[in-house]
Amino acid sequence: MANAISLRVKIAAKRRIGSPQRENLAGWLWASPWILGFFIFILGPMLVSVYLSFTNYAVITPPKWIGLGNYRFMVQHDESVLQALKVTTIYAVASIPLNLALGFMLALLLNQPIKGLPMWRTVYYLPAVVSGVAVALLWQWIFNTDFGLANWILGLVGIKGPSWLLDAHWALPALIVMSLWGVGGGMIINLAGLQGVPTQLYESAEIDGAGATGRFWHITVPMVSPVIFFNLVMGIIGALQTFTQAFIMTNGGPREATYFFMLHLYNNAFLYLKMGYAAALAWVLFFYILLLSLLVIRSSAAWVYYEGELRRG
Amino acid sequence: MRAGVFASKRASRTAAQLITYLLLAAGAIFMLFPFAWMLSSSLKEAGDVLKFPPEWIPSPVVWRNYIDAMTLDYAPFGIFFKNTIIITFIAVFGQLLSSSAVGYSFARLRWSGRGPLFIVLLATMMLPYQVTLIPVFILFKKLGWVDTLLPLTVPAFFGDAFYVFLFRQFMMTIPTEMDDAARIDGCGTAGIYSRIIVPLSTPVLLTAAIFIFLSQWNDFLGPLIYLNSTHNYTLSLGLRIVQGYGGYGVQRWHLLMAASLIVMSPVLALFFLAQRYFIQGVVISGVKG
Repeated sequence: MANAISLRVKIAAKRRIGSPQRENLAGWLWASPWILGFFIFILGPMLVSVYLSFTNYAVITPPKWIGLGNYRFMVQHDESVLQALKVTTIYAVASIPLNLALGFMLALLLNQPIKGLPMWRTVYYLPAVVSGVAVALLWQWIFNTDFGLANWILGLVGIKGPSWLLDAHWALPALIVMSLWGVGGGMIINLAGLQGVPTQLYESAEIDGAGATGRFWHITVPMVSPVIFFNLVMGIIGALQTFTQAFIMTNGGPREATYFFMLHLYNNAFLYLKMGYAAALAWVLFFYILLLSLLVIRSSAAWVYYEGELRRG
Repeated sequence: MRAGVFASKRASRTAAQLITYLLLAAGAIFMLFPFAWMLSSSLKEAGDVLKFPPEWIPSPVVWRNYIDAMTLDYAPFGIFFKNTIIITFIAVFGQLLSSSAVGYSFARLRWSGRGPLFIVLLATMMLPYQVTLIPVFILFKKLGWVDTLLPLTVPAFFGDAFYVFLFRQFMMTIPTEMDDAARIDGCGTAGIYSRIIVPLSTPVLLTAAIFIFLSQWNDFLGPLIYLNSTHNYTLSLGLRIVQGYGGYGVQRWHLLMAASLIVMSPVLALFFLAQRYFIQGVVISGVKG
């Protein structure tokens, strides 16, 4: 009965939509905002950006073709590029694994039968929802040499804290510590991943005699590995684009110790008005992000487990 | 004998729980201290902020700092609030409208370019914004839109790959029988969108609205590039003025913290009101994405 009705409904519906051509047209029409946006704000600008990267362009006068001039200058004369790549890479290499590990460990702690789970989750997630200039200012004050919170806490355990943001050795570590404040975002994703692991897996492993350690390494880690992989890729993209903190808290200093790649790009484009050169820098960053992402995706075959996928080789 | 094994097992479980709570509490201090520090500093007298060791409970408690921070003659925060609210409101509205329509098209309509264009959409999600930053700036400059709110609002009406993807994934889960039934009742494509799909997508619309709000409210690079006149500034740029002003002498941290806390407070309020949607959004984007 129900089937008969749904069949009639379907036939009637087919008749009503009319021709597939009309639906085809409607499809294009409804998607048109994004299609237009894709040409105006993505594809067009990408092509222009490639072209600009081979020119000298200061907005006021038309672009002047200089071939590989920008890229040659970058390699031969611009020492800040190397420094910017170095700073950005160190930051990524230190902050991403720390954030991944802590986010995963916190999720493990919160996945146990503990009291007040919503409260803990709120406390840990709270810092992840605030961002931008206000947060950068807060941490600049926390890292104040003489009156800051960081050095007060260190003082409590008898350590005389460094000058943090004013010290070329400690400015980048300070920004890495600050990045851990946002660990709650990764934690929430991990927690959802942990809660998605079917309990039967643990039960049958226990029957087979697997201990707690075995269950952790052979069930928990593989089952959550896609989530960790996602966090890793997002972490790379985010870390390599770091801008606001560095701009507000140190403006790249002291002595370029926190001169992130995005600062160099911003300075060239909007301070020195070297738009062509900045476009070339953007492409370098693009290929750097692409390279790292591809390396991680390549490696994922070895350590990310997807359910229902056959092991290769 | 067996009872002893159980007892020791229970004891070790209690010990493990104790360690769990201790670790969580230690981490919670790291999470909450900065907020407490910010609040404490914002309520101190100018002289008390620069004291070491710091006093956590300000005495006297200077509520006036909040008024002072908002009424600095060189940083009209009322105008900054107005600009930020306008930009955020238009961006949320435009982005929900455009991205949900495009998501509807990808999820529910059969059209010739759908498959390939969906792959293009996914690819653009991975594209770092720097690559298009400079040409898009030049485009807006040629249009004469620099130092207006247009570059920060108009792009929202063209949809964003991430939100289109989010809507598409959600709309795919709505049973197609509902469309068919609506068709029989005489609904066209637009009717199905507005009467069936949008009402049923309320949770994901709210989640997206929160994320768009957050990214607009906190945006710094966009306003930094596009806005030049103080009367067009957003809150992010306003905070930057206060910071820069103090940079020439002794930084007035009590005012800076009061202003920062005020700028943060709508975000915090929204979080406590709609925590469920925040967490849903993170989970949707992280696990299913």
